[in-house]
Amino acid sequence: MAHDDHDHHHDHAHGSELSPIEARVRALESILVEKGYVDPAALDALVEMYETKVGPHNGARVVARAWTDPDYRARLLADATPAIAELDIGGRGGEHMVVVANTPETHNLVVCTLCSCYPWPVLGLPPVWYKAPPYRARAVSDPRGVLAEFGVSLPEATRIAVWDSTAETRYMVLPMRPAGTEGWDEAALAALVTRDAMIGTGLPRLPGEVAA
Amino acid sequence: MNGAQDLGGMHGFGPVRPEADEPVFHADWERRVFALALAMGFTGTWNLDGSRAARESLPPAEYLASSYYAIWLKALEKQVAEHGLATPEEMGSGVSAGPGRPVARVLTADILGPRFRAGFPSDRPAQAPARFAVGDTVRARNIHPKGHTRLPRYVRGHVGRVEHVHGAFVLPDTNAVGAGENPRWLYTVGFAASELWGPDGDPNQRVMVEAFEPYLDPEAA
Repeated sequence: MAHDDHDHHHDHAHGSELSPIEARVRALESILVEKGYVDPAALDALVEMYETKVGPHNGARVVARAWTDPDYRARLLADATPAIAELDIGGRGGEHMVVVANTPETHNLVVCTLCSCYPWPVLGLPPVWYKAPPYRARAVSDPRGVLAEFGVSLPEATRIAVWDSTAETRYMVLPMRPAGTEGWDEAALAALVTRDAMIGTGLPRLPGEVAA
Repeated sequence: MNGAQDLGGMHGFGPVRPEADEPVFHADWERRVFALALAMGFTGTWNLDGSRAARESLPPAEYLASSYYAIWLKALEKQVAEHGLATPEEMGSGVSAGPGRPVARVLTADILGPRFRAGFPSDRPAQAPARFAVGDTVRARNIHPKGHTRLPRYVRGHVGRVEHVHGAFVLPDTNAVGAGENPRWLYTVGFAASELWGPDGDPNQRVMVEAFEPYLDPEAA
């Protein structure tokens, strides 16, 4: 989507260092703080939480556990929210988790065609492309074409299951464990798990692609 | 509503453009809009469905021309004004004309972690038995409500199969406008791509949507 809102400094005509949208946001924040609706410290804490603490490293831990513990994998696929909570992961935007497993026969792909629903506790905030029209438009109608744009090519016979997140349920893909990782511990396996692999737009890294 | 947010199946937007090493935010104002939207949501003045409705009520051309957090900003300003929390003049000038109205809650940094970790579940006790079971054939209703709904256009009128019964959840259609949570059964309904897209559909593809019971009719298998 075009960034047409001038999110950089160039509005010197008004003698201001702020672009129009920066000034607009600053005015809004100032009013909402002054009226007592929001606490500036909470705003800072929110940003810090989602910029530094909540992210796809959480989901990678879940995947690595599922790859190494068959009982955990079964619990995860049967009822994902409590299984994810076993790793002390969960909360806003992940209250009702569903995990779908890739198999040699079926590849899963997650989208939200209507807005930007995304499993925050395991993946963090969604990337721009996930929220933008090209992906939302075509993930449901041309998933193989979308996958090709991510460099992923699947055999024609591979079935594709696309999950459109149209309610408060949130989907995460459990990718297949790469071959050649026998005996790896969870931390080493987690390093193979990319964010895109858990959305379904990518595949896990291969053992040769990371320093094991 | 049949707005610009309902994008499934549209053409002409070009390729997906993944961004290498994408930052969480691309500008500081995006950080502030994100945090303001969540903190204002926490006040309980409106709910998440109301926020989605506000975002998708932007005129289609404006919605499509706005970056993601610009959509959030415009919707937030609209909600603040509509709920009487501040006037457009105050938001435009940054100068308050008077004290704020009472709100139910204010998010503080000390409660953020545990409160967000607990989450805000949307499941509710069912008010009636589920009408459908796994394996049932259903047809998505051909409905075009002017208000908020979560039934995407591309499945309306099409036949699918119930894949999962999730339980009863808050119904966005009424919750968005403050007309009650109105819990309804939520189902995963799977559609063959050929059912949705005809001969252009991939024969080895299915699309699953989450559909509330009022979005579905029974269909002879």
